[in-house]
Amino acid sequence: MIGLEHYLIVAATLFVIGIFGIFLNRKNIIILLMSIELMLLAVNINLVAFSAYLGDLTGQVFTLFVLTVAAAEAAIGLAILVCFFRNRGTIDVEDVNVMKG
Amino acid sequence: MQSGDLSIALPEIILSLFAMGGLLVGAYGGKDKLASLMLWVTAAVLVALAAWIGFQGAGTATVFNGMFTDDAFARFAKVTVLLSAAAVLLMSESYMIKRDLLRFEYPLLIALASVGMMVMVSASDLIALYMGLELQSLALYVVASLRRDSVKSTEAGLKYFVLGALSSGLLLYGASLVYGFSGTTEFAGIIQAAQGETPVGMLIGLSFVIAGLAFKVSAAPFHMWTPDVYEGAPTPITAFFATAPKMAAMGLFARVVHDAFGGVIGDWQQIVAALAVASMFLGAVAAIGQRNIKRLMAYSSIAHMGFALMGLASGTAQGVESMLIYMAIYVTMNIGTFAFILSMEKDGSPVLTIDALSLYSKRDPAKALAVLVLMFSLAGVPPMVGFFGKYSVLLAAVDGGLAWLAILGVTASVIGAFYYLRIVFIMYFGADESELDKGGSGILWGFLMASAAAMVFGVFNLFGIEGPAAAAAAALAG
Repeated sequence: MIGLEHYLIVAATLFVIGIFGIFLNRKNIIILLMSIELMLLAVNINLVAFSAYLGDLTGQVFTLFVLTVAAAEAAIGLAILVCFFRNRGTIDVEDVNVMKG
Repeated sequence: MQSGDLSIALPEIILSLFAMGGLLVGAYGGKDKLASLMLWVTAAVLVALAAWIGFQGAGTATVFNGMFTDDAFARFAKVTVLLSAAAVLLMSESYMIKRDLLRFEYPLLIALASVGMMVMVSASDLIALYMGLELQSLALYVVASLRRDSVKSTEAGLKYFVLGALSSGLLLYGASLVYGFSGTTEFAGIIQAAQGETPVGMLIGLSFVIAGLAFKVSAAPFHMWTPDVYEGAPTPITAFFATAPKMAAMGLFARVVHDAFGGVIGDWQQIVAALAVASMFLGAVAAIGQRNIKRLMAYSSIAHMGFALMGLASGTAQGVESMLIYMAIYVTMNIGTFAFILSMEKDGSPVLTIDALSLYSKRDPAKALAVLVLMFSLAGVPPMVGFFGKYSVLLAAVDGGLAWLAILGVTASVIGAFYYLRIVFIMYFGADESELDKGGSGILWGFLMASAAAMVFGVFNLFGIEGPAAAAAAALAG
């Protein structure tokens, strides 16, 4: 029987993978965007699982809002990334280093 | 009920309709030729809405099934946010025209960010909180990379985006746990579920939400984006980052911890106090090595957020009141300081090293004196108004039983005074005469002088903001 805790464990695992993807990734900024998306989707699993468990629709409504905002966020992130690539000619995480201190 | 519902949120509705209409007018009616006009109209709309919100409202109203609250606290924060956004818009015109940066989208993005901030300080539901926060953040990511042909500006936007999205993720994960363990997203329901012995899941959720909010107010140890974004973004945008969003995020912070978690003050008090100590010391120590004035102001704002959080950490209505007073003073000081930074130019191009200010007092005595007043006020030297802001948060911390926090705060403030006073020292006793251009835009001069004058003449009664701040605090924590 698959219960609430299984869903929560999957969501927590995905969320932690997302965070580690942001901090350990040294290669490509696109991977950062994927990690951010992974975190938001983990939150969605959490919300839907709680919503089903509680028998309360608010969580699923919240999920729809999160999905919509995540799409807008990805669009803006990619737009900024394109501008950055035009100026710098690379999207390696290690090259995002003009400012330091 | 429907019409009554909408009228409570009318300022937000008007501002968002204005922004969308402005985008259409701009896109079909001449693009950047309209930019200056659009900027002035936007500033006028922001000021008009601030006046309306400030004079109209009384009492507390909750609408949209408990999602949106209009109370004295929201009104205080909204007036501060709108006025500072308008001030920054007016200050940025000459700078942006000179550098060919003034596009018609800029004032409209500021207006959209302001809508987001207004929703943030009025939110009384996790969904409204998230929507307001994202509306603000998405607009800010774009304006940070407004100078899209510059490596620094796009890099600032990219860093802000990645870390901002990370913080939204943390906040959302916390929100999902809070929802799961309380069974509702409304603050009114959460505060009933979070009383006495709270479930562990709820506490984990609370910690995640606070971590996400700490990112947005740039409190240490979640501050790492601040210096880079402040340095890379065009200076008027930096001025905006340092004022309105900080006020809105602190307002949201206060609303979440009091409206949703007011029953478990002991649980969040220690986290907020730890954030306050870390921010005050990091801001004070890390700014010492900075020669770039925008990076220096970034660390200065981290330290100031630490003091504002100290007021919040006391967990009392007095603490909220002192936090609001502190933030209003902080915003006023920063508008003046950035008006000066925007006017730092040599042969028409911007100069940002503090060494360029040496012996500036001989070059332009009036402006140097105004900057001296602002620096003393930022450092918290009596009798400037900045001292009274620090005094009220320290008093709130002591009265709230956090004397140790107040002692650490005074220590950090003494360390931090060093770099503010160094700027004054360089201006008055520097080695060689400054070659910065004289004069500059009249608007910048006006804002600098007005802000400095406010720091001197505000000592009599703080321009009467104590009354509204007390009413605001009573609405939230009373």
